[in-house]
Amino acid sequence: MSNPAPDTAARYVQVMHERHDVAREAAWLRTLRESAVARFADLGFPLQQDEDWKYTDVRPIERAAFMPLPLDAATPRIPDASQFRLDGVSGPRLVFIDGRFSAPLSDLGGVPRGATVTTLADALISQPQVLAAHLGRYIPDDSHGFIALNTALLSDGTFVRISAGTRMEQPIHVLYLATANGALLLPRNLIIAERDSQVTIVEHYAAVGEMAYFTNSLTEIFAADNATVEHYRVQDENRTAFHVSGVHMQINRSSRVTTHALDLGGRLVRNDLRAVLADSGGECHLNGLYLATDRQHIDNHTHIDHAQSHCTSREFYRGVLSGRGRTVFRGRIIVRPGAQKSDARQVNNNLLLSRDAEADSQPQLEIYADDVMCSHGATVGQLDENALFYLRARALSDADARDLLTFAFAREVLDRVRLAPLRARVELRLAAAMRRGAPREAHA
Amino acid sequence: MEASSRDIETLVRREYKAGFVTDVESDAVPAGLSEDVIRLISEKKREPDFMLEWRLRAYRQWLTMRAPQWAHVHFAPIDFQSIVYYSAPKSRDDGPKSLADVDPKLLETYDKLGIPLRERELLAGVAIDAVFDSVSVATTFKDKLAALGIVFCPFSEAVQKHPDLVRKYLGSVVPYADNFYATLNSAVFSDGSFVYVPKGVRCPMELSTYFRINASKTGQFERTLIIADEGAYVSYLEGCTAPMRDENQLHAAVVELIALKDAQIKYSTVQNWYPGDEQGRGGIYNFVTKRGACRGENAKISWTQVETGSAITWKYPSVILEGDNSVGEFYSVAVTNNMQQADTGTKMLHIGRNTRSTIISKGISSGRGQNTYRGQVKVLKSAEKARNYTQCDSLLIGDRCGAHTFPYVEVRNPTASVEHEATTSKISEDQLFYLQSRGLTAEDAVSMVVNGFCKTVFKELPMEFAVEAQKLLGLSLEGAVG
Repeated sequence: MSNPAPDTAARYVQVMHERHDVAREAAWLRTLRESAVARFADLGFPLQQDEDWKYTDVRPIERAAFMPLPLDAATPRIPDASQFRLDGVSGPRLVFIDGRFSAPLSDLGGVPRGATVTTLADALISQPQVLAAHLGRYIPDDSHGFIALNTALLSDGTFVRISAGTRMEQPIHVLYLATANGALLLPRNLIIAERDSQVTIVEHYAAVGEMAYFTNSLTEIFAADNATVEHYRVQDENRTAFHVSGVHMQINRSSRVTTHALDLGGRLVRNDLRAVLADSGGECHLNGLYLATDRQHIDNHTHIDHAQSHCTSREFYRGVLSGRGRTVFRGRIIVRPGAQKSDARQVNNNLLLSRDAEADSQPQLEIYADDVMCSHGATVGQLDENALFYLRARALSDADARDLLTFAFAREVLDRVRLAPLRARVELRLAAAMRRGAPREAHA
Repeated sequence: MEASSRDIETLVRREYKAGFVTDVESDAVPAGLSEDVIRLISEKKREPDFMLEWRLRAYRQWLTMRAPQWAHVHFAPIDFQSIVYYSAPKSRDDGPKSLADVDPKLLETYDKLGIPLRERELLAGVAIDAVFDSVSVATTFKDKLAALGIVFCPFSEAVQKHPDLVRKYLGSVVPYADNFYATLNSAVFSDGSFVYVPKGVRCPMELSTYFRINASKTGQFERTLIIADEGAYVSYLEGCTAPMRDENQLHAAVVELIALKDAQIKYSTVQNWYPGDEQGRGGIYNFVTKRGACRGENAKISWTQVETGSAITWKYPSVILEGDNSVGEFYSVAVTNNMQQADTGTKMLHIGRNTRSTIISKGISSGRGQNTYRGQVKVLKSAEKARNYTQCDSLLIGDRCGAHTFPYVEVRNPTASVEHEATTSKISEDQLFYLQSRGLTAEDAVSMVVNGFCKTVFKELPMEFAVEAQKLLGLSLEGAVG
């Protein structure tokens, strides 16, 4: 490489070894980490030559050389996190400041009998056998370097386990708040929904201040037979932050998982979402909304694997681009041999509001069975002239008419968000983004 | 002093010459590729220096390249040193003496396609009656075209007779360093077609390789160049529905189309090379680079292809839409049966204002065939109000085949509008039942449903071609439904 970038990958490997040496961990966790260290040492950061990273250049992350906070670092000053609360939600709340659990800001009340909601660090002590059986099990063999990085250095995150037949009505709100400059944050979450259980979880990423940092998060979801899981990932990092996330799920017989990926912030964002429909009757619904403005780069890769017959998948991702925003969508659907009666539908729509924005969309179908119903659609376009004219004729200003239509476009995704306080929150963010006037330049 | 230098000169030249003479005499160039082989090809074709230099540049480039791996196809690596890159034009005695000597299976196919006897002989490579040759339709057509100023000849002839045109346009759409197989083609291409339609001329007939069959055999590295000058129109047909006798396994052709202002080029292909047997043994590897450039305003390039043959097809006819208001179209039917693999699609590159493109792709997989659509629509910043519509549908017959869709949509202009739609489904049991209950056999029913599925593409083909293509489709899918 011509750029004399610091050899960040090598430094990470060094830190991995240092931590590995001092940690007194169970054998299974050591093995898990060791293989992740080896994998990261082998893979390093993804390169653009790799088809999966064709449109996303992660060299800025490498150059910035973000470092994990030392294990014995002083507890950070507690910021005011009240603005990030979801009003009207009374479920348990976990708050992590720079990756470390903050007991004073969290509230673990309201957890019904049969449900465990705690930190991953706690679960490693209190439920080691459950973790040994699940942690790292849902990550594909061909995973990239960032996933190995998370596993090699994982220390804390959220652990949720809902026992068979338990229905948890109130959503779990997990807030990852960043305050430290130059930090590498590695949240790791594990969600286990046992038979006939039900749970809703909100992963919320935000920051206090305008410093640069890097969140590399990883979530694994296991939905046992007939379980219902609703997962929200609200990415509202600051505009100088880097965010790489992975959500990996295994969906079993007749279970149903719904995910909502809401990307509002971040400078360079890459999300990998992978759903394996591992037994018949499984269902997954993937919704996504991404707003890219200024110089934001948001890359969403989704991968739905119809491994068994009679499964259903629905995917609906929409993007609003303004300024110099750049977005990537790649949605892959694989129907394995023998996965008959698979029903997959995927739609990606992009609204381009400025001259300098760029949207790349790659819906992909890979089908090895014949009795299937699969379709995908992708569009890139602008606001409908007729609709604009209609609103203008009703005395709305041009800017207002554009805002209204843009809002309506995004609303179609938000309408699927069942958690009302969250929906309201994102709507406000959307409205604020438009009032800043970003989309109006489109008219120039 | 003068004398001695002349001596040296002659000496040098003689050695140089002699090296080739032996080769020419033996007329059997050993398998493999080297600069000498390229010099020899160029020499034998009596090409001007610029062609040789171009070939050599391509060859040197090719040495630095690696075969692409991204296509969704699997095959054993090709040994490029085992290929014979030049064989002297075949003498007529090589072919079968009469139709009685031809493989009866091939004859059966001709019969089903309803191909006239005379053409069957041509296709099977039967030595052609000299009388027939001299009064062939082709000659009559050639006179008619010449009167309009249209140049339609083998590529090697164009290099001799129209070097300026060749020099100006060759490699201007597909540069010699474009990709692994195109670069190989640039170095060793054997022959192909050259078409030039002058300003404002509308070519009165469909130009077809068919008419050129009495000319030289094109070989495995075909190179075609078609230029439509301002306001010209030409429709070109490539290939034919009947299976051709062919011994070469690797085919790496390059086709370049250039449409200037207000010009229109329509390029139709029916490809039905040997697909290999049911176990996937043998069969042609068809790795083709086809690209057209709309160089002026209102230019239009339209690709229509029916791909039923070859063991592996790797082909993306593309259009570069440079001129304002230019139009690109791509209509495709790709069929894979048995062990066939196809990775095909198109690229539409929007550069000019108000450029429009349409992509209609129909993929049919049966047996253990793998059919992939891979297409790119790229709208650059300058392409104000660019418009694209893409539809790719896949039909699956049988539970061991695969259909894959990999579109790439890249948009950098907010006034552009790009749509992509794709569906994949099984052939409808209800439709088959309906047709069979009305007395159609299972095979006829499948053929009818498939033809309906492909109708939007077939209607783009010239009429006679369309009729043949329909029959061909039925044949390709034979045995797909038990």
